[in-house]
Amino acid sequence: MLRFIPILTIVLMIGPVSAGLIGTILPAFGILPALGGTTPSLDPWQALVAQPGLGASIRLSLANGLIATFVSVAIVMLFCAAWQGTRTFHALQRILSPILSVPHATAAFGLAFLIAPSGWFVRVVAQFTGWDRPPDVAIIHDPWGIALIAGLVAKEIPFLFLMTLSALPQADTDRTAQVTASLGYGRIAGWFKATLPRIYPQIRLPVLAVLAYSTSVVDVAIILAPTTPAPLAVRILGWLSDPDLALRFMASSAAVLQLLIVIAAMAIWIAGERLVAIIGAQWAVDGNRCKRDGAARGGAAVMALVAAGTVVLGLVVLLVWSVAGFWAFPDLLPRGFSLRLWARELDAIGNSLTTTLLIGIPAVVIAVTMVLACLENEVRTGKVAGRRAMFLIYLPLLVPQISFMFGLQVFFSLLGLERTLVSVVLGHLVFVAPYVFLSLSEPFRTLDPRYGQTALCLGASPARVFWQVRLPLLTRAVLTAAAVGLAVTVGQYLPTLLIGAGRFATVTTEAVALASGGDRRMIGIYGLFQMVLPFAGFALALLIPAVLFRHRRGMGAQNKG
Amino acid sequence: MRTFVSALALAVGFATTTLSTPAFADPAPDVGNWQSVLDQARGQTVYWHAWGGEPRINDYIAWAGEQVRERYGVEVVQVKLTDTADAVTRVLSEKTAGVDDGGAVDMIWINGENFAAMKRNDLLFGPWAEQTPNFAYVDVEGKPTVINDFTVPTDGLEAPWGMAQVSFYYDTAKLDTVPKSAQQLLEWLVKHPGRFTYPQPPNYMGSTFLKQILTELVKDPKVLQQPADETDAEATLAPLWGYLEDLQPLLWRDGQAYPQNGASMRTLLADNEVDIAFSFSSGEVSSAIEAFELPDTVRSYVFENGTLGNTNFVAIPYNASAKAGAVVLADFLMSPEAQLRKQDPKYWGADTVLAMDKLPKDMQEAFANLDLGIASLAPSERGTVLPEPHPSWMSLVETEWQKRYGVVQ
Repeated sequence: MLRFIPILTIVLMIGPVSAGLIGTILPAFGILPALGGTTPSLDPWQALVAQPGLGASIRLSLANGLIATFVSVAIVMLFCAAWQGTRTFHALQRILSPILSVPHATAAFGLAFLIAPSGWFVRVVAQFTGWDRPPDVAIIHDPWGIALIAGLVAKEIPFLFLMTLSALPQADTDRTAQVTASLGYGRIAGWFKATLPRIYPQIRLPVLAVLAYSTSVVDVAIILAPTTPAPLAVRILGWLSDPDLALRFMASSAAVLQLLIVIAAMAIWIAGERLVAIIGAQWAVDGNRCKRDGAARGGAAVMALVAAGTVVLGLVVLLVWSVAGFWAFPDLLPRGFSLRLWARELDAIGNSLTTTLLIGIPAVVIAVTMVLACLENEVRTGKVAGRRAMFLIYLPLLVPQISFMFGLQVFFSLLGLERTLVSVVLGHLVFVAPYVFLSLSEPFRTLDPRYGQTALCLGASPARVFWQVRLPLLTRAVLTAAAVGLAVTVGQYLPTLLIGAGRFATVTTEAVALASGGDRRMIGIYGLFQMVLPFAGFALALLIPAVLFRHRRGMGAQNKG
Repeated sequence: MRTFVSALALAVGFATTTLSTPAFADPAPDVGNWQSVLDQARGQTVYWHAWGGEPRINDYIAWAGEQVRERYGVEVVQVKLTDTADAVTRVLSEKTAGVDDGGAVDMIWINGENFAAMKRNDLLFGPWAEQTPNFAYVDVEGKPTVINDFTVPTDGLEAPWGMAQVSFYYDTAKLDTVPKSAQQLLEWLVKHPGRFTYPQPPNYMGSTFLKQILTELVKDPKVLQQPADETDAEATLAPLWGYLEDLQPLLWRDGQAYPQNGASMRTLLADNEVDIAFSFSSGEVSSAIEAFELPDTVRSYVFENGTLGNTNFVAIPYNASAKAGAVVLADFLMSPEAQLRKQDPKYWGADTVLAMDKLPKDMQEAFANLDLGIASLAPSERGTVLPEPHPSWMSLVETEWQKRYGVVQ
């Protein structure tokens, strides 16, 4: 039975994605019977090419995705190189989980409230310059997409950092650092020359997922990206919601184009990896010790702190907005405060939180179960060959949501499963399982096999070894993976709305609907509401092992890796 | 291993037991026989897809839902949308999948282009609206748009729900005089560059602004009542493009960036980024002041030669699961009681579609006694209501605008 789980998992991941892609590709070539499209044609593509500013949209998507990913990876690697094993490193590690539980859109709103020409930063400046009008400059929605890149970087750094953390133990970094240091290498140079080549392959998938996400992001882009024209994914959403139903054909071909852009971005990234590998290989053995890296180390710390600090400060400004009375420019604080909106929303929030959990808990439980079964199967059969196949589990992270979501909705209608809890949970599972796999696979695979071997020698059955040895040892990793999974399901907007036909009002669907009303108080309240569940999840993931193993000092050490 | 299976089975079982009601074929109600409609409606649940961006409106919808539950045994669930077109898309995708019965959408808050598109593609149930009891109170004579949605005859496929008219607003603490026509707006902007903008078309409010300008500048406004392809569209639109040629460089952010929608324009005014903004309802401005979104010195006004006005409606998709329930709900929404509450800015502040002289005396008085709110315009202050152009003009203007101004990089 266990051996079928990996196949089942892959089917559950690939099935919806392929079904959705088919539902998108057919209209892209003119097939959509409901709108009278019955013969294949290239008209949708011609219409797409004729769209003004298409080139600029493609360029924006591609450039933003690549730059945001590069900057995030660079900062995380530089910071790890400069500070790993120090107190600063552990301090940052601690504020990470909360930041990871901030939804992308919430972080983006927070950033916008900070850096917009009427935002907090300019208000501080205005106190000295005496401005009573915000400067008429495009800081957000800037033509270069810098605000969008900043928003993505601030949010992707914690994710990549967490992924790197789980990879570090296997690279034997501490001893490597001792060796490079004793050979006279600077901290950063030693890490880049000896540790990075072992770390990077392990975080490559998360990096590609970040790249795919940044290239096709919609919600953050609506808040921060330029609009004349907007990145392609945002325009697709606009075409899909145009009253002119004939635009659906062109929107579908644009969704296929979006997929091609993501593939192109990955090709460019992989070519870049090769190039860096060639140059890096020469640099690694050129004997240069790069001992004076104090400035670089300082810079790395500043960049990481600015990224984390921006998200945190953004949350503070959201909190202030959520209780604000009228708040004029350039006042630093509102003229009055009011809890009126909080009071009324607290009444209503219970239902959405329950619905969110009703979808989230089954999705997370199934995902964790499936992933554990896949990994346990690997251990028992001794085959790591499955790993290559397991790459397929990441497909939903690499294919842009907008390219298959609408097709998927049609697919579920065909099955008669639309707007049932089953289909919504399945839709969420597609995105939850890959993240659970990402965060659980490394701890599981690197768990010392001798524990299991010893237990087997003592006569325990394989099942008992799993339940009484491996699983308890992995408690913390499993709970963290579940928390990551919960954060992912809470954040899903399109799948919940489309597959659930709007019948499942989660915190996020409510938040997005209310955000369209533009009241920053509501945006603040719901931005914070969206954080509640993921935050609780991460807190429990820390708390449960601490309580469970309070009399077992070794467990703490083991699980820290 | 067996535990995995049972865990999985348990999870699936848990999920299937909480399935929502299965889809079923809902026979078309006989609207001529009202009692039969009420009988059929009892026990139905109406999923009403409506924009959900405004807590006050959501509250009003919840109130209406409670009323029809108590009176007629019809449950109402609001599906909160960010964009009405999402509901249109859903009906379309159901048609694609052959779901011609038991669809997800029972009622849509709709008008204009979305209605025209659904009507054109046979996605609507009806006619039903004009046979409902409360339609008798509707001001068909005085408000011709209640049966002509952006010039497209409603043919009883949608029921009028509210009236809307473009009005501008500004902070009286900051401005003494305001421009009251397209031409004056341009002259004012020359003196105050960067202090005005409009949402980026094809946003509804942005396109509305362009249509307002077009209606003012066009030589013969009657042309706009015909479909664009039956006229010399290029010549008709020429004055608009000439005007924008001068206006665009004077806009906020030099026309390089735009607010996303009407609500973000309100935010810009609150932040003193612009001096003048506009909305489709002056009652909305009063509500925004109440909600601390705008300073209490903000007031509304209209252009000298009038502003565009239209009606918004509720419609029922052809494959709705609860058609009778939706008809009953729609009828209630047109009732004097529901319309009175809707016009009260304490609850919403949107104008009624009813004719005062058709109402019973006590209701007439209740409407007359409403306090409309500090920034709302009384009917006497609203000037001329200009008719909306045919929807084809909107599409044409949006496409052409995108070519000219949608790409600045």
